[in-house]
Amino acid sequence: MNAMNMPAWGIWLMALGLGIFIVMIILSLKKHRGVHRSLFAWPYSLWMIVFTVVPLFLIAYYAFTDKAGSFTLDNFKNFWDSNYEMKKQLIDMGFDVSAMELSDRGTVNVDTLVYSLWMAFKCTVICLAIGYPAALFMSDRNFKLGPTLIVLFIVPMWMNFLLRTIAWMTLLEDNGIINTLLESLGFGKLRLMYNSNAVLLGMVYNYLPFMVFPVYNSINKQDIKLSEAAMDLGADEMKTFTKVTFPLSIPGIVSGITMVFMPSVTTFFIPRVLGGGNTEMFGDLIERTFLTADNWNVGSALSLIMMVLILFSISLLRRVDPQGEGESLL
Amino acid sequence: MTKALKRFYLALILLFLYLPIVVLIFQSFNAGVSRAKWEGFSLRWYVELFRDPSIKKALWVTVSIAALASFFATILGTLAAIGINAMKKSSQGTMMAITSIPMTMPDIVTGISLMLLFIFTRVDRGYFTMLLAHITFNTPYVLLSVLPKLREMSRYTYEAALDLGATPGYALRYVLIPAVRPGIITGALLSFTLSLDDFTVSYFTTSPLVQNLSTLIYSEARKGIKPTMNALSALMFITLLVLLLAINYRSIKTNSNK
Repeated sequence: MNAMNMPAWGIWLMALGLGIFIVMIILSLKKHRGVHRSLFAWPYSLWMIVFTVVPLFLIAYYAFTDKAGSFTLDNFKNFWDSNYEMKKQLIDMGFDVSAMELSDRGTVNVDTLVYSLWMAFKCTVICLAIGYPAALFMSDRNFKLGPTLIVLFIVPMWMNFLLRTIAWMTLLEDNGIINTLLESLGFGKLRLMYNSNAVLLGMVYNYLPFMVFPVYNSINKQDIKLSEAAMDLGADEMKTFTKVTFPLSIPGIVSGITMVFMPSVTTFFIPRVLGGGNTEMFGDLIERTFLTADNWNVGSALSLIMMVLILFSISLLRRVDPQGEGESLL
Repeated sequence: MTKALKRFYLALILLFLYLPIVVLIFQSFNAGVSRAKWEGFSLRWYVELFRDPSIKKALWVTVSIAALASFFATILGTLAAIGINAMKKSSQGTMMAITSIPMTMPDIVTGISLMLLFIFTRVDRGYFTMLLAHITFNTPYVLLSVLPKLREMSRYTYEAALDLGATPGYALRYVLIPAVRPGIITGALLSFTLSLDDFTVSYFTTSPLVQNLSTLIYSEARKGIKPTMNALSALMFITLLVLLLAINYRSIKTNSNK
């Protein structure tokens, strides 16, 4: 707690503003009809502006400026071509860059983004394929254990996610539990770790519950009379599912896809533990650019690209589920 | 037959979900240091846990931040829910849009944007900044657990209290808050557990001097996790399990009261 010295004008200004609002509200609470209730939301609005909206603008600010603070698009050019900085310096020194052969094609960042999107896509598809049937079986009203089991899907998330990922290491290692078991059964050892499949396994493991809940909720809240009516009108079980249950569960699927895809694009830490040399994902790249390379400008540009991609995919998904029904998962 | 098959499928998935956790809890009782070899049952790591100063300090940071952050987030979020509920439809839309920003943004962007804010305002990152960050990501969850409870009650109850001579403060304390108490408690517990478990946002908003358990685990991950960490997380897992059961028990109770 020795890092608590706050020299900044910024934080004092924020505290002052928040303080004034709170005092204002407390004073007006004592006056009869002194305050409209909507005023109670003011501290929150102020908080969100200072700690959510302003920081987002800061990301945009850093993304479009250079180290000296003047406007530039170089950070984005750096994203497309990681040799951009070097080439610029070479040109400044009078070299003809177009004639030079660079060993690195400069597509590292774009490759990482494409790889992350591909991994996130695979993870989402697998989660949907595994999670949908599970949610469907649990929401069966004749299955008394269903509501208990869905709670069991939440419980693992309360174990620190870093430790759960490290525990997979214990299972998958060359001398890990699975390989020891395989060996004692007479099979050879398998190389289970340090590749992108291990990373994928870690991701599916972490994000599966986020697919199961919304789908479970959307099936569970359907009026049972609908599928009963379909059955009464002569549809068999398969037809009831494809014509009634499944279409009505689409909002749940959409929100499941959102909740799995978004965080999995920015997956960070899992590739570092379970992956090998070239399994870096976009989250790791952003972290590395900020903290190891200490380049906030390029890092901000990367974050901005990330955010634009996410907003774009949310708006795409909104078209499928315009009411945002699937969002009520809490 | 199909019924058995369905149950088998669910059992398989649950096995997949619980396998690493079982491994972790087993390891915490392992007498040896090795991750994969079982060298006999021992409580050694649980004893050492209480001697390790870095873990003790991290535990204190984690728990105190979770408690403070959920306390402030609960006040901020509950007031906000009451305020938003009284707003016109159009302003409600704006407020909900702002609320959805931190919930849709990936953690890493939340963490980095806050880090930039603290760097920009020249605030040294540490305990205080981590607390601010935790309040920030917790509050929307409190808001979203209180708001539905407010929507369930009549709009006129509060106004009736005012008509009968209550000051807004009195009406808040004796009319509104009691009506939405279950939502407030759920929100508080939810934000407590969220902040207990948070890694990404904490990682970007603190300094290496002030670590919570997650960032400590992260910094140790490269050189190998101490078995004491397994013991601690097994303990915390059980604690959270109890908390979670409390939340669920509450929601089951309130549902059956309806």
